[in-house]
Amino acid sequence: MTAPADVTAALQSKFPLATLRPSGDHPALNLPIAEVFAALKYLRDEFAYDFLVDVTAIDNGVDASPRFTAVWHVYSTTGHGYVRLAADCLKDEKPVAPSVVSLWATANWHEREAFDLMGIVFENHPDLRRILMWDGYPYHPLRKDFPLAGIQTPLPDIEVGELTGASVKPAPMMGGPFVASSGEMNMTDAEPSAKDESWNERSEKPATA
Amino acid sequence: MATEYAFPDSAAKNADAAAQEFQTEKMSLAMGPSHPSTHGVLRLQLELDGEVVTQCDPILGYLHRGDEKIAENMTYNQFVPYTDRLDYLAPLANNVAYAIAVEKLANLQVPARCEAIRVICCELARISAHLLGLGAYGIDVGAWSVFLYSFEEREKLYKLFEELTGARFTTSYTRIGGVARDVPEGWNERVGKFCDQFLPILEEILSLLTRNKIFTGRTQGVGIISKADAISYGLTGPNLRGSGVAFDLRKDRPYSGYEKYEFDVPVGTTGDCYDRYLCRGEEMRQSVRIVRQVLANFPAGSYYNEDAKKIFAPRKDKVLTSMEELINNFMITTEGPQMPAGEVYFEAENPKGALGFFIVSKGGGVPYRMKIRSPSFCNLSILPKVCVGSLVSDTVSILGSLDFVMGECDR
Repeated sequence: MTAPADVTAALQSKFPLATLRPSGDHPALNLPIAEVFAALKYLRDEFAYDFLVDVTAIDNGVDASPRFTAVWHVYSTTGHGYVRLAADCLKDEKPVAPSVVSLWATANWHEREAFDLMGIVFENHPDLRRILMWDGYPYHPLRKDFPLAGIQTPLPDIEVGELTGASVKPAPMMGGPFVASSGEMNMTDAEPSAKDESWNERSEKPATA
Repeated sequence: MATEYAFPDSAAKNADAAAQEFQTEKMSLAMGPSHPSTHGVLRLQLELDGEVVTQCDPILGYLHRGDEKIAENMTYNQFVPYTDRLDYLAPLANNVAYAIAVEKLANLQVPARCEAIRVICCELARISAHLLGLGAYGIDVGAWSVFLYSFEEREKLYKLFEELTGARFTTSYTRIGGVARDVPEGWNERVGKFCDQFLPILEEILSLLTRNKIFTGRTQGVGIISKADAISYGLTGPNLRGSGVAFDLRKDRPYSGYEKYEFDVPVGTTGDCYDRYLCRGEEMRQSVRIVRQVLANFPAGSYYNEDAKKIFAPRKDKVLTSMEELINNFMITTEGPQMPAGEVYFEAENPKGALGFFIVSKGGGVPYRMKIRSPSFCNLSILPKVCVGSLVSDTVSILGSLDFVMGECDR
């Protein structure tokens, strides 16, 4: 078993540009992004960190530069220790990080997820598509400039859109027949039943909905 | 009409003719998102050559719950109920994993009694989740009664959960620095009684499958995952151990005092669907063993860290009588427990595998970034590899044996 202190020391002697990263628990290192792939390979081959736990990214804020930090967690199933590697992505608008799919197959989905939600482009990824949002979604929801309430986007259905160029209009969230509107009146008045905006066979659908 | 006989010398010619006649054409098949075996909104885009799967592309994103985004916009305590909804078949275990991650960030120790309660919670949650996993797997491959028997046992567990937490399904039981309330009077005895009656029933349930001809026929030698693949694809939990890797965080990196208890980690030999099923069955027996050990040495003392005034909300009677505590309570409920800046990663051995929380804090009551590493998400990523070359009917077996929950795959 390799003690965690050895790992950081060995990594730092092999990669002199690596610096210690403040961490609450496991040994952690900051690396230049160009050296991450080599460092992870080194960890896997020399120190038996054979299990890639997670690949993720941190958005350091809209005005920060470097804005995105990619983070890798590796674990050793024989030595029972974690190591965290972090690297700042060079470009702020279209951040790029190296893909480690060739080292661990599990990186495939983790990188697709980070690409989908954070917009990190992983170089040499065999199949970098969105995994949770639909293809063609214009935003990366986990970025800090994406609001919690979301952004209203017309939903072009990919297949339909390709043929017709049409986009599906989203259902009305405010003032719709089954949604209580907030912030305008007291909640009892805002109830759909109080507004009586429901429609059925007898009463017509309201024109404004 | 006269029958055409295939004479030995013309057999080869006939086979050629048959191949010409039955020239297969590849077809694509969308399995799910509402297929009974996809257990939620998973869709498999399959390419078939006859009945053989030649390509498989899993498509996940249908739920859009935004757990991580939500976590970054609320206090640490407020996020506890959201962890229930990750793997909603084992909310108690999720709560514990999350609470320990935040406690690591806050550098907080919890008393022994709290740890013992948490271990019981985790193990009962494991039994409950595995029971459902087995029952649903039974249905997937055509055995109904397993599901009915296992649900009866789950009902008993839910009664215990209800007594302990006040809720049956979404428990939200742990708090940062402790648990929400102490165990009720006589609860431990009832858990012990459950364990006593559960073991024979478990044997009965397993005996319905273990030597069942149909079940073994559909699972043995199906969906084989090699040791190297299992590690490379980041599998955890029974899926990894079914392939013969003895990786269990309860043993390898013990938390909540797991190092004090004796239990075995079952591992498989071939890594097929049957091995994964056997692992789950054995894990339930081991869970009962752990629960019994905890009950035998149940520690006295407090169920939460009483020193952590800035983190754990004070007790109600103190809030009502002391100004200091009232102010404290107000600050904790409005601004959240104040955490130091830092980064932590913690993962716990959940029924489905290793559930990890990576928390980046810049100080204050709200996490700056919270990444959830969910086991079901990683376990599913092996599907394109393991399904290719198997029959369509085998994909059902494989899906069931991976025992995933779509609520966890989503982010």
